Amino acid sequence: MPKRKKKIIVIGGGLTGLSLAMKICERNAEVVIVSYQSLKRSHSVCAQGGINAAIDARNEGDSPENHFYDTIKGGDFLAHQPLVRDMCYQAPAIIHLMDRLGVAFNRTGEGHLEFRRFGGTLYSRTAFAGATTGQQLVYALDEQVRRFQHDGAVKTLEWHEYLGAVLDSQGVCRGAVLQDLRTNTLFTLAGDAVVLATGGPGQVYVRSTNSTVNTGAAATMAYLQGAKYGNGEFIQIHPTAIPGPDKLRLMSESARGEGGRLWVPRTVGDARPPKSIPDRERNYFLEEKFPLFGNLVPRDVASREIHDIVYNQKLGIAGEPMVYLDLTHKSKDYLEDRLGGIIDIYKKFTGEDPKDVPMKIFPAVHYSMGGLWTDYETDGNGMIEHGSPRNQATSIPGLYAGGEADYQYHGANRLGANSLLSCIYTGLMMCRGIFTYIDNQDKSVDDIPSTTFGDAKNHWESRLNEIKAMKGGENPYQLHRDLGDIMMGNVLIVRENKKLEKTIREIDDIKTRFKDVNCVDSTDWANPTPSFINQLYCMIELSRVIAKGALMRDEFRGAHYKPEFDLKQPSKFDPHEYIDYLEKKNYGEVSEDAFPEGHLEYMKSFEANNDNWLKSTIAEYKNNKPEISYEPVDTSVVTPRPRKYD
Amino acid sequence: MNKKIVQLKIKRQDKPDAKTYWQKFTIPYKERLNVIACLQDIQRNPTTQSGESVNPITWDCNCLEEVCGSCTMLVNGKVRQACTALIDSLEQPVILEPISKFPVVRDLQVDRSRMFENLKKVKAWVDIDGTHDIGEGPLMSDKVRAQRYALSECMSCGCCLEACPQFSLTNNFMGAATFSQVRLFNLHPSGSMLKEERLDAVMGEGGITDCGNAQVCVEVCPKSIPLTESIADIGRQTTLQTLKNIFMK
Repeated sequence: MPKRKKKIIVIGGGLTGLSLAMKICERNAEVVIVSYQSLKRSHSVCAQGGINAAIDARNEGDSPENHFYDTIKGGDFLAHQPLVRDMCYQAPAIIHLMDRLGVAFNRTGEGHLEFRRFGGTLYSRTAFAGATTGQQLVYALDEQVRRFQHDGAVKTLEWHEYLGAVLDSQGVCRGAVLQDLRTNTLFTLAGDAVVLATGGPGQVYVRSTNSTVNTGAAATMAYLQGAKYGNGEFIQIHPTAIPGPDKLRLMSESARGEGGRLWVPRTVGDARPPKSIPDRERNYFLEEKFPLFGNLVPRDVASREIHDIVYNQKLGIAGEPMVYLDLTHKSKDYLEDRLGGIIDIYKKFTGEDPKDVPMKIFPAVHYSMGGLWTDYETDGNGMIEHGSPRNQATSIPGLYAGGEADYQYHGANRLGANSLLSCIYTGLMMCRGIFTYIDNQDKSVDDIPSTTFGDAKNHWESRLNEIKAMKGGENPYQLHRDLGDIMMGNVLIVRENKKLEKTIREIDDIKTRFKDVNCVDSTDWANPTPSFINQLYCMIELSRVIAKGALMRDEFRGAHYKPEFDLKQPSKFDPHEYIDYLEKKNYGEVSEDAFPEGHLEYMKSFEANNDNWLKSTIAEYKNNKPEISYEPVDTSVVTPRPRKYD
Repeated sequence: MNKKIVQLKIKRQDKPDAKTYWQKFTIPYKERLNVIACLQDIQRNPTTQSGESVNPITWDCNCLEEVCGSCTMLVNGKVRQACTALIDSLEQPVILEPISKFPVVRDLQVDRSRMFENLKKVKAWVDIDGTHDIGEGPLMSDKVRAQRYALSECMSCGCCLEACPQFSLTNNFMGAATFSQVRLFNLHPSGSMLKEERLDAVMGEGGITDCGNAQVCVEVCPKSIPLTESIADIGRQTTLQTLKNIFMK
């Protein structure tokens, strides 16, 4: 353990990176934040609807335990339970902290925090700042980091890109290789630990609700350097976004939390203006099918239903792949106050005002539940031991990950307003464990020979020179588009093995074409192209992880829907029957007449499927390709059971 | 207007000290195109109207939905975010230039770090005791919250500073965005504990008294932040602070 102050390198300036940096400063260590752009502009600003915490401000009987169960059930039981439970119990303190930092959360008449409804729960659990909650949270944390910057405790390297980890001869991470995006020079930075808080990989699909920086390249580079990647195939498709040629702009779930309704005309091809279609001729398809949760079913369910209504029932608006998201029954003042941010976006991009006419929306790639495999240590009571160096540690010692870049909080499907929570939670929570890790090191980074750093720098210098020298016939930006089209084609809401096999072959073609890339700009000042080509390389590798994971997982779980393996839950099934069934099974053979007809058979197949597939997918880069294995999921708190929302 | 193509004329600059030059591009028209989508199209085929292969344009962008503040540029001479600049509502050729009040890095990319330095000068943060759990934040009426929220939507995009006749590359005027943040934090119950330090910071050189009251800042703000109200309010607060400084000495 070094006598000097600990030095931690944080890659990424979103919610996770900023909250961790704040915590590190407070504990009197040195922190360097590396960001691709100005800190205030990270993708976290795009989060709209809110952040969950079971404060039970409305006296509905909510509790962190309910929040935990909703999250686990929403994720189809694939998330590690102690982590999720710990996060949900920390959530109220996180909201209060963010409030103290000055976030302009909407408030009640008495001046307390106001909460609204969100998907996958029946409680009002979501604190919000208009419809730009992510932006407001980022700003509050950015301000705190600026405060520490003012005091000299934090160094920021904005306009710098992380290229890879510096690994010593034992495979321990000792620092990072960085590129200054202005001068295009490379250098290494030594640190006692490196944290990847680098967000998700939406750009693998090109058009998504994600920002342009969300290439997933940093996490993929860790995978290529030997780190395990978990649950890659679990990509969330958000039900409501505005279709567009460059981006699919999110229309927050809070629109439905505030009473927004999804509908289509009952008649195929009905092209009348929406306001002239009478109520009885409208199909409020979610409300009809899910009387209990209505428009607030979880995102995987809603996206599947929209897909079904548009493609199987051919009921999309005027035959197009779109459905209405209708807010026009709410008062204009109410909508401006609670949803102003998204109303403004819709107006600016479509020219129509959602206060007057229903919005036209369609699902879009939104979030990766999967990410770098990270470890944790429980306290033995279904919570997390916060001082453990294992928390948020990747499989490369000294390299940590958090936020959307990790894999373990959202299972097979994330609930709305849980992403901001998991980002801030991991950022705050992992700090102590990283300190313990550094204290436990026999050998400090100061003892590592300079050649280790020199070699890493040389490796990347020659890699980027190689890229700059590429003078083939493929434009890298076009190749990226083509990759996105392939992923959009077959790795979305509905997945079929034949098509996935084809997808994998097509990705291989992209990989071959990559060798013939033309580096269309080889200058050496503020040149984004070589860096983009390197990111494209990472995106191709990550798309293989996603597609192969999807091909191999022969089941239907959360966002991973393979119709072929749908167990077809009987319509009158009650999930508690499954708990009964497990209980009865302990006492021997369960008789057919103990349950309504068909239920026992369904439960047996559900149980058998869980035995096969209630596992985390682990991808490792071996022999130049992803090798897939599986790990058990920690289900120590609640028994996995069939999900039901109607 | 020819609907089949989009014509663009773009001001380019290879390095901060290099000469500027113009290039023209033609790209195929599509529905719902915005300026960023056009720039992306040029990346995929970086060839000028006259058929010359050139380096793709360098510019800043990220969210593409006007919440990150990155892609501020001059579009047909008007300062705005390029992502919400829809081709259907623009005259062609669409003329793109970097904003002029910040140093150019390359092409349409500028260095706006001065804005963030100003936020440090005015201590635009709440000085909390620590991040440990010490319970709820201060009570606040929803009316004050709404007032603060409107100010807190500032994404440091720089539009107000570009439009301001007082703000220049060479002086040290702080500008409307900074003054508005002083108001934001002075409105917060615990943020207001640094109120005097913040006001002192905007009472010196480059501070509030240098504002020429041109009122153009508020016209160009993409988030409709009441910037002139903020300036007037900070003007009042500093006047009181001046009196206080005199009588408390």
